Amino acid sequence: MTKGILAFGAYIPWRRLPRKAIADTHGWFNPALKGQAKGERAFCNWDEDPVTMAVEAARDALTGRERANVGALRFASTTFPFLDRLHSGIVAEALSLDQGISTIDVAATQRAATSALIEALAGAGETLVVAADKRESKAASPHEMACGDGAAAILVGDGKPVAKLLAKASRTADFVDHFRSLDNHFDYQWEERWIRDAGYMQIAPPVIKRCLDSAKVAAKDVTHFCMPATLARVANSVAKAAGIDDKAICDPLHAGLGDTGAAHPLMLLVSVLERAKGGEKILLVGFGQGADALLLEVTPEIAKLPRRLGVAGHLARRKEETSYGRYLAFNDLINMERGMRSETDKGTALSSLWRNRETVTSFIGGKCSKCGTLQIPKTDICVNPDCNAIGTQEPHPFAEMGGRIKSYTADRLTYSPDPPACYGMIEFDEGGRIMIDFTDIDADAMKVGQPMQMMFRIKDIDTNRGFRRYYWKAAPVASKAQGA
Amino acid sequence: MAKGIKDKVVILGMGCSKFGERWDRDADNLMVEAYTEAIADAGIDTKQIDAAWLATAIEEQHVGKSATPLAVALRLPFIPVTRVENYCASGTEAFRGAVYAVASGAADIALALGVEKLKDTGYGGLPQRGRGPLNDMVNPNASAPGSFAQLAAAYRAKHKVDPKDLKQAMAHISVKSHDNGARNPKAHLRNKITIDTVLNAPTVAEPLGLYDCCGVSDGAACAIVTTPDIARGLGKKDMVSVKALQVAVSNGLEAQHNSWDGSYFATTRVASKRAYQEAGIDRPRDQLSLFEVHDCFSVTELVTMEDLHISPEGGGIKDVLDGFYDSDGKVPCQIDGGLKCFGHPIGASGLRMIYEMYLQMHGRAGERQRQDEPVFGLTHNLGGFPQRNVCAISIVGKYGM
Repeated sequence: MTKGILAFGAYIPWRRLPRKAIADTHGWFNPALKGQAKGERAFCNWDEDPVTMAVEAARDALTGRERANVGALRFASTTFPFLDRLHSGIVAEALSLDQGISTIDVAATQRAATSALIEALAGAGETLVVAADKRESKAASPHEMACGDGAAAILVGDGKPVAKLLAKASRTADFVDHFRSLDNHFDYQWEERWIRDAGYMQIAPPVIKRCLDSAKVAAKDVTHFCMPATLARVANSVAKAAGIDDKAICDPLHAGLGDTGAAHPLMLLVSVLERAKGGEKILLVGFGQGADALLLEVTPEIAKLPRRLGVAGHLARRKEETSYGRYLAFNDLINMERGMRSETDKGTALSSLWRNRETVTSFIGGKCSKCGTLQIPKTDICVNPDCNAIGTQEPHPFAEMGGRIKSYTADRLTYSPDPPACYGMIEFDEGGRIMIDFTDIDADAMKVGQPMQMMFRIKDIDTNRGFRRYYWKAAPVASKAQGA
Repeated sequence: MAKGIKDKVVILGMGCSKFGERWDRDADNLMVEAYTEAIADAGIDTKQIDAAWLATAIEEQHVGKSATPLAVALRLPFIPVTRVENYCASGTEAFRGAVYAVASGAADIALALGVEKLKDTGYGGLPQRGRGPLNDMVNPNASAPGSFAQLAAAYRAKHKVDPKDLKQAMAHISVKSHDNGARNPKAHLRNKITIDTVLNAPTVAEPLGLYDCCGVSDGAACAIVTTPDIARGLGKKDMVSVKALQVAVSNGLEAQHNSWDGSYFATTRVASKRAYQEAGIDRPRDQLSLFEVHDCFSVTELVTMEDLHISPEGGGIKDVLDGFYDSDGKVPCQIDGGLKCFGHPIGASGLRMIYEMYLQMHGRAGERQRQDEPVFGLTHNLGGFPQRNVCAISIVGKYGM
């Protein structure tokens, strides 16, 4: 049995903001933004956050795999919505993973995911490492231009890996190129030239050298070099200093996505794995208060992985957002008049949430053991009028079932952070139906019979208490044709 | 089937407040307004009322819980008073309580009153409100138009109807109701509109535009019922009696079982059949003289006329466009202006509909009086959502017919 990467997946939000929209709005204040006004960045829908994106990336990674084998979950992010609530616990429950698994949130550095990956590769059993960040940036900042939202997931374990670990090395250094404290939502960053010269160039190359030396692999034999850096050409400078071929430097995904923070090392790794071939060597570097380096060798197993969306498929699943105003609103960067209908209390009865977690978080319905009818939510008495048996409902997972729109509406009266509120009846292909919110959908393009899939999303944000509740919504099925 | 209610109870008197944005009136003032008309019409004294029922639905917006608001407003003399709430069927439910009390012999004279004061929210439309901890965690934050608009999507898909044709029929329904409401001094909206007004109005929930939606208003309506013998003893002639009262409530089938296609109201189909049987009606399209149905939205009225087994399934559009339901058509629907022009003070609506039937039967409907002499009138309420609702139907008519 060989330890290594068994599967991988990614998630990128549907909406993409052309950087030109930022420059057009703020160029009067900061003309330098115009020089960065190329390409587009991904940003979360109002109902997405690192938790929901992590769930989707994990589902992508687990395509075709038995979830019962996952023994541990590591969730890395620097933008967790809660200070005291286990985010990996929410993800595990949404994925219906075994309740006996080990779950840990890893935070507070841009290399949280590479550190978690190193730890997972050293551990026993199957570990799912997932990383997600919803970047928070001040309006008109270079950070806003450079960043994007997204998540990536890597499943490691014994068996037939698609990539195996050859070597690893780390260094810790309290090099504060930027920071974000409890008192501030946004990064405070020092001068870029100093970050490059005294940070990346001093810290990364020696760690890379140690990693390569311990595997007895020459720098020139690295096929893919993955190291996120929001500063232009830093990856090239580090590669040159380390002796890595310029051609090995992987696409930083700036043009269509932006830097996804703690998720970005894994995002780059996934995008490389999607097109890598057996025998190729990947050097993955995470930088943040030191650095991690992992040297991986791709195996021929990679050709056998079932198709998934991955980075390529999610980049193809896109909607251009021409309204910078919508981006501002979704990121709570503008004080919007939301109307009196938005004043309704969104408090959650935590006891009810716990009691109903199978329905709400795991989207588990029922299957009648007597007549076989599927239904969600599960109830004591079967809904089939020819059965109505009592106490016959066996738990039945609905989250991975496909369905179709039976009826729909685009509601402009009710309050929604993204009007019109689209919702309707979904009929599942295998049976059962539910009236449910839609997301990532064009209000003008909905039609009866349209294929839909379930996605884990924020249901409501309780601004009075700082709580948010999650649930499932229906979204148009993404085509895997352009996936990995 | 049980013997039913036909001709066991008659309406002794009725009253209805002016519906509208009653900025100067609280709910208890509206109750008294409807009651003073009803008690004068009945020709009795408050002390002769043995029991009373109050219907309110969104009581947190006005009177609060329990039946005490009615007892206090009318100074009822410590009699049994019960508050009922069953979505938009609440008014008819209050009527049912009073009628059943008289039919059982528990009361000689009983009162039903429905009221709603909706215009203290600060915005248009029905109040936004929580629906319980679990429902709020899983249900869409659906508005009423958003819920009922889905009928149109499913109806179009099922009957392969061009969206433009459906929209045209829906527009005709609203224009017809405004024509009728313009002749009714108690209606909230009394303006005539045109097809173009409806078609060009802003969208509320596709395909429902502003004029496909009923108004939101304050109002109250009241009925006093008794037995035919007591009414006769009080000198009443040409009495209007209750022919049928039926309620059907969704049991979750529509929302959870794939046998329902979303294009109709399962409850209305069941309740109407039972009501016709109770009233002894076997050819409803020919025998019924008038309809007051729950036109919360134009599409609801269209679909309802099929679910009441009046228009054939898929044939509602043709009947509507042929003028079958116009005030001078074969069987008028909403001859008083309907919810469209009265608005929908939830607890009051069912009783407001019965009030119109009562006036029409007595020939007291003024300039909107039906040309032919009405014999049987059907009222219909629908509360909740297409996939989970309460349907209440009453048939009233000339006593002994």
